[in-house]
Parts: sequence; structure tokens; C-alpha cells
Amino acid sequence: MNEIIQFTLNNKPTRITVNKDHTLLWVLRTELGLTGTKYGCGEGFCGACTVLVDNSPVRSCQLPVTKVNGKKITTIEGLEQNGKLHPIQQAFIDHNALQCGYCTPGMLLTAYALLLENPKPSTEEITQTMEDILCRCSSYNRIVDAIKTASQSL
Amino acid sequence: MKNDDYKNDLQMLNDELGPSTLNRRDFLKLLGGGIIVTFLVEETALAQSRRRREYPGDFNAYLQIHENGRVSCLSGKIEQGQGVITSLGQMLAEELDVPFEKVDVILGDTDICPWDMGTFGSRTTKYFGPPLREAAAEAREVLLQLAAEHLDTPRETLTVKDGLIFVKTKPAQHVSYAELTKGKTIHKHLDQKPPIKHYSKHTISGKSHNRTDGLEKVTGKAKFAGDIRLPGMLYARILRPPAHGAVLKNADTSEAEKIKGIKIVKDNDLIAVLHEHPLEAERALKLVKANYDLPEKKVDNGNIFDHLLNVKIEENVVNELGDPREGEKSAAKTFDQRYYNHYVAHAPIEPHTAVVKIDGDKATAWASSQTPFRVRDDVASAVGIPSDKVHVISPFVGGGFGGKTRNQQAVEAARLAKLTGRPVQVAWTRDEEFFYDTFRPAAVINIKSGINGSGKITHWVYRNYFAGDRSSKPFYHIPHYRVLARGGWRGRDDIHPFGVGAWRGPGSNTNVFAMESHIDVMAEGAGMDPLTFRLENLQDERMKKVLKAAAEKFGRSFSKTPGGKGYGVACTDYLGTYVATMAEVKVDKQTGDFRVERIVCAQDCGEIINPEGVRMQIEGGLIMGLGYVRTEEIRFNGGEVLDRNFDTYELPRFSWLPKIETVLLDNPDMAPQGCGEPAITTMGGVIANAVYDAIGVRLYTLPMTPKRIKEVLRKD
Repeated sequence: MNEIIQFTLNNKPTRITVNKDHTLLWVLRTELGLTGTKYGCGEGFCGACTVLVDNSPVRSCQLPVTKVNGKKITTIEGLEQNGKLHPIQQAFIDHNALQCGYCTPGMLLTAYALLLENPKPSTEEITQTMEDILCRCSSYNRIVDAIKTASQSL
Repeated sequence: MKNDDYKNDLQMLNDELGPSTLNRRDFLKLLGGGIIVTFLVEETALAQSRRRREYPGDFNAYLQIHENGRVSCLSGKIEQGQGVITSLGQMLAEELDVPFEKVDVILGDTDICPWDMGTFGSRTTKYFGPPLREAAAEAREVLLQLAAEHLDTPRETLTVKDGLIFVKTKPAQHVSYAELTKGKTIHKHLDQKPPIKHYSKHTISGKSHNRTDGLEKVTGKAKFAGDIRLPGMLYARILRPPAHGAVLKNADTSEAEKIKGIKIVKDNDLIAVLHEHPLEAERALKLVKANYDLPEKKVDNGNIFDHLLNVKIEENVVNELGDPREGEKSAAKTFDQRYYNHYVAHAPIEPHTAVVKIDGDKATAWASSQTPFRVRDDVASAVGIPSDKVHVISPFVGGGFGGKTRNQQAVEAARLAKLTGRPVQVAWTRDEEFFYDTFRPAAVINIKSGINGSGKITHWVYRNYFAGDRSSKPFYHIPHYRVLARGGWRGRDDIHPFGVGAWRGPGSNTNVFAMESHIDVMAEGAGMDPLTFRLENLQDERMKKVLKAAAEKFGRSFSKTPGGKGYGVACTDYLGTYVATMAEVKVDKQTGDFRVERIVCAQDCGEIINPEGVRMQIEGGLIMGLGYVRTEEIRFNGGEVLDRNFDTYELPRFSWLPKIETVLLDNPDMAPQGCGEPAITTMGGVIANAVYDAIGVRLYTLPMTPKRIKEVLRKD
């Protein structure tokens, strides 16, 4: 049942023995101790567990960990570079685009991936991309504004 | 704390939460008769405040000045997104005269923070704020007197800025707070408490500050209860019944036992599987075979309102004035209408989670809870140790909204930690979260009222079935009224098939929906537009001001607008905070769906500590409120909850967003009021009124789903 897999995690080569039935979310949170990625609904509906696989957002609660063999994984812990926040992180702080903060990692990673692909997204494009990530505190308007601000500074 | 406030607090504790699982007799039993005496003699100010369930009088309980110059602000509240981690720091920094950046706000740690009943009811700023400010003001004055001795100069010659005390005429002669206290408790106290600063002197409070937890939360460093990792910790999954009221007949765990490293616990009603890896515990739980006796299914979404109207229960008079029968005599038109709302889930994105570790006769608990001091009692009771042997640490809470006050998950973790001898984490799945949520109760309101020939309200008889009575006292000028209520938001087993409880703005969401819809019904009867009718029937100048502020910003008049577009207005007095909301909606008559294009919300919450924080609470509340207005309704069949995840239970999302504008009224002469809940309570009324304005038919039931809108259009 166990298998050795290798991938790049937040720019660091990682080699780990995993149970092949386990999902990426719980391997990140348990074996790798990266608790920034959150469990929200366990079925891919809320987006709290979103991480990037080769720069595309995926629901880590739905992804068997073996699928990331050889890939590049980015989690919330990997957005900061050399002690410097990414502009999207700074924009979330500046706009107070969060309250309880539990959905924030998924929001940030999805927004980060959007800006990589489309540095100047329109409001409609932002809405479309972010649509399936839920924020119960409802900081939505501020998140849209933060993404726009970050896009201007990129 | 004043006696009345204290009584209110205890009343609120019982109303909002129900009695603690640890009653006074258990408490005495745990302590033993003899120990009490010693305990009373030697207890510290903190311990005394905990036993008495009141805020301490000693200012040291609220703040600590460290040798490095940083200041800890201590509060038994928790941070669940509402922003008190920022605003409490502003209040303390202002009164103590230290830089805001030097204050660390420490919340919900039961070993070092002053007792608190919990974080709910928009009460942190309103009720914890005053003792915090008074404590800081006293500490500041004590420090000035200590500095006078230290510098050998009269107190009057001294002043303080940014934590540095100096002689006004000779600034070189100075001593800092940190040098004076050296990190120690200050023993000097004042008989005559100094006054707190007048708001006109404020430089930190009253100014917008960004959230101080922003950095931790954007880097993934912020810790929630589920992020606590302890050596030897087991993740637990618990066997759950298929429906509330189901009785376990038998459970076969033999297949689950075959999983390597699994621990099985069977303790009366508690059957759990535990493993060092959460997914192995989950796999084990799936292998447990259980049989249940299911209860008879009596109620569902189709008959719940008939059921509520027929429950035998006493009706209480909440408020009354004059005699409505007398008022009716002068009525030119009368109105009699019922309003309904369905069950609504709290649905925080972080499900209930707790970690409990037991060491000998002590326990430590980390819980996603709005009531850490109640966790302390609950864990003590579950483990069988005195409360003062339990240390509760409050990580960030991933949303609460009234749903994280009862701590079932902490009790489960405590029981399992005791039974296994290992630290245990209980983290509910989304499915469990929906099943054990204490929903906002389904409720019915009936209003009978009348108006005279000149459009003045003559009388008002308000019957409330199970919503809870908050915000149900009329604030319009009505010479004869009677407000009656059956039950409250806490419910009772024979009323609701599952748990119900406080939900952000408990009672008020239902009451404001009914009252403000009904005001519009009467306005139309009077041939007046909704805003004019309200202003004509108000004598409360403060409410008129808030309404006018919203209307001015909204900038549209209420002339009939074609094309499925409509405007609405609603206002309320939520525990002293006044709110008026106006909205523009567009209804698609073909699909029955509607879209809110724009919302303007004006609020007067007295003196404001952090304007940016207030705006965030208003905006978040309005959008969250759109959920119970548009889609949110728990579907159930008896004790079986049918909505168990976000695929069928739809929360507001990005594509729903209206443009939001907030207006904060300047009213610093009034003491700060709460602002986490008021705005959301206007959403039912304002949107129902706007939808009516758009399509000419009224919806009396929340949520206003496309199906319900099409139904009323068909009947029209």
C-alpha cells in the first residue's frame, strides 16, 4: 500500500513514503506538517484545501497523493519568497480582504494562479475564477479589490 | 462591573447557551467541602473573577507591561473574524498611552485572561470595552504616581507619551513604563478611579486600523484548533447516528479492528476509532457496521410551520403599551399577516474541532469555540477534575456566528483523551457539522395591525412562534401594542427535531424580516412610499437620522419602476445599534431568480473604535444575510438532516455580489455599541420589500427561492 513519491514542494525537492490511498490534503497536513492548507468540506465544494499543482489550482482533499509524483506543488507556506510577501498577500492585508482567515489560503492560491495566467483580469474573470471558493465571513468584495490591486503591482 | 450589567450578563449566558453542564453542585463536589475555605482565602483576583463569573476589578488582570516594552492586552474573548484582536488593542493603547504597534492582544487563554462568558451577542466592545478602558486608565495613573516617586518630582509635573513618562518642562528627565514595572505585577491601586479619556483626545481609538492578524492569516501561519499537533496525538472519528433521535441497537467493529494501529473506544453512547493518521481513522469508521432504531418522522419542511403553530406552550408578554383593542377602534384599515422562515445553518468554513491532552490531574484543551471558559468547565466535567485544573487555549476560530458555543467536540475529545491516555483531536467533518449544527430555528410571526385615515399606525399585535424575542419591540410610534412570544431560539426537544440555537443576530433576523415587511404592507395600504411612511410613524430622532442617511446615500426615490427592478428599505434597533438598509434588486420573472444590484447600509453604533472594522462587519453581514434570504434552508425529514454539504446547501458566493456602500453615523457621545450582528438582521426585510417593489407580489417566507417566487407570480 505504501509507495515512495517525489515532488517539488514550495521549491524544495521532496521525497516521501505515502499510503497510496491517501489524499494530498492530509499528507500535507499530517506527514509534512504544513497546516496552512485547510479542510473545509472534504468533497471539493468549498475550496479551503486549494493548492497549486504545476501552478493550477486543485482541491487537495480530492487528489490522491500519488498523482503529484514528479509535479510542482505550491501551498500557502510557499507564496512568500525570501521573507518577502507576494503582492497578492500584501494586497489581502491592505484591503482587509479576510476575517476569520480560514478560507484565505485557498483564496490566495487561486488568485495567485489567476494572476500568473492572466496578469490583468477583468472583474468578470476574477468572479469566474474565484466563484467556487466559499467565504462564510463574506469578504468577497474586498477579495476582488485586493486581486485588482495586486494585478496593478505585478 | 455594575450590578445590572452583571445580571444582564448572567441572564444572557443562560439565554444564549443554556445552563452549563457543570452545575454548582458538581462544582462543589469536585472541590470537596473542605477545600472551598482555603480556596476562598487564597484565591487570586483572576480566580475570584472566574468563580464569581464577573470581570475582575484588578487592572493587572487586563494588561501586562513587559520588560521589553511590549504590552499584553488580555481578554477572555476569542477572534473569529469579527476583528476584536485589533479593536481591543486600540482601546488599550489609547487609554494606557502606548503605541498601538507595541500591544499584543492575547485572547481566550483561561490561565492568563480574565473570565469571560463568551464571544457572542455583539458584546465585546460594548461590555468588555468599558472595564478594559478603566483598567488601562487606572494603570496609566498608577504608573505616573510611581514615576513621580522614581523621578522625585510631583505627579503634576509629569506627562506620558508612547509609554514614556517625563517631566513636562524637562523631557530629558524620564522613565519608561517598562523600567518602572520590570515586567512585574503592579501592586499599587487607586481608591479614586481616574476617568477614561474624552473621545476628542483620541489618537488611536476612532481611527481605522488594518487587521493585526492579517500577516499570520495570509502566510498560513495562523493556527486554528485543527492545526495543533502534539506528540502521540490520535485523530478520532466517532460513530454517528443517521438521524437525531435514532437509538443504537448494535455496532460491529471487528473489521475496523484489523486496521494497523487503530484504537477502538466503546464507552456507553460513544463509539470511536482513533489513529495517528486521520485518514486511517476515517477508513476504520467506514468499516464499522451499526444498526439503529429510527424514531417516527413527524415533521419535515412541508409541515414544520403548522407544527410550530400547534405546539402547546405558554405565550409570554414581551412588551406592551395601551390596549390594542382600543387602538383598533380608530383604524381605517387593518392588516393580518403571517411570516415564515426555515431552518438555517451556521456553516462556518472551519468545522468544530478540539484537541485535549491530559497530564495526571491536569488537562489542556485547544478548541474552536466562542466560549473558552465554558470549555474549561465542560472539559473538567468530562475528565472529572476541577475547572481550575483545565487550561483552555483559544487558537483562531474559523468562523462561529453563534454556532460554536456549546463545545460538544471538546467534550468528545476530553472523554477520548481520558479513555485512551493519549492526546486526542476531534475534528468534525462537514457532514457532522451539518448534522450537529444548532440551526437558526424555523419560526412563524403573526402581525395584526391597523392604520388610521392619515397613515398613522393605530395598533400592533405581534405573535412570535419560536424565533426568540430580540429586536421585536416596536420602535415606531404606536400608541397601542402588544408583543407576545412563544418559546425562544434555544428550542426544546418536542419543538424541533434537532438542535437549534443562537445564529448571528438571534431572533432579530426573523423579527426584522416580519416587522419591516409588515411596515411596507401598511405603507401601501396608506398609499405612501415605504420611506415616507416610516418617517411619518417614527418619533425616535436617532432612527430617523439613520434612515435619512441611508436614503440620501441611496439617492433613488420610490416611484414605481418598471422592468423587474425594485427598491427596498428596512431598519432596526439591534441592542442599541441602529441600522437602516436600502437595496436595489432585479427579478427575472421567467426563472424566478433575483439579483441584488446594490446595497446601502447606514449604521449608528455610538462611538466607533475602528471604522474599518465596523465596515467589514457590515459588509460581511449583508452578504452573509443574502444567503438566508435567497437560498439557505435546511431540508430535513424528521431527525434526518438532508443537506449535508455545500453542493445542496448553497452559501453566497462571488457571482452574487452587489455593490455595497456603508455610512457610519458620527455619534461619539453615545457609548460604543455592538456591530457584529446588527446589519445582517435587516436583510430579510429589505430584500423582501425590494422584490415586492420589483414584481408587485410579496413573499412571506424566507428564503425567497426561485421556486417560491415563481409560485407567487403564478398565483398573482
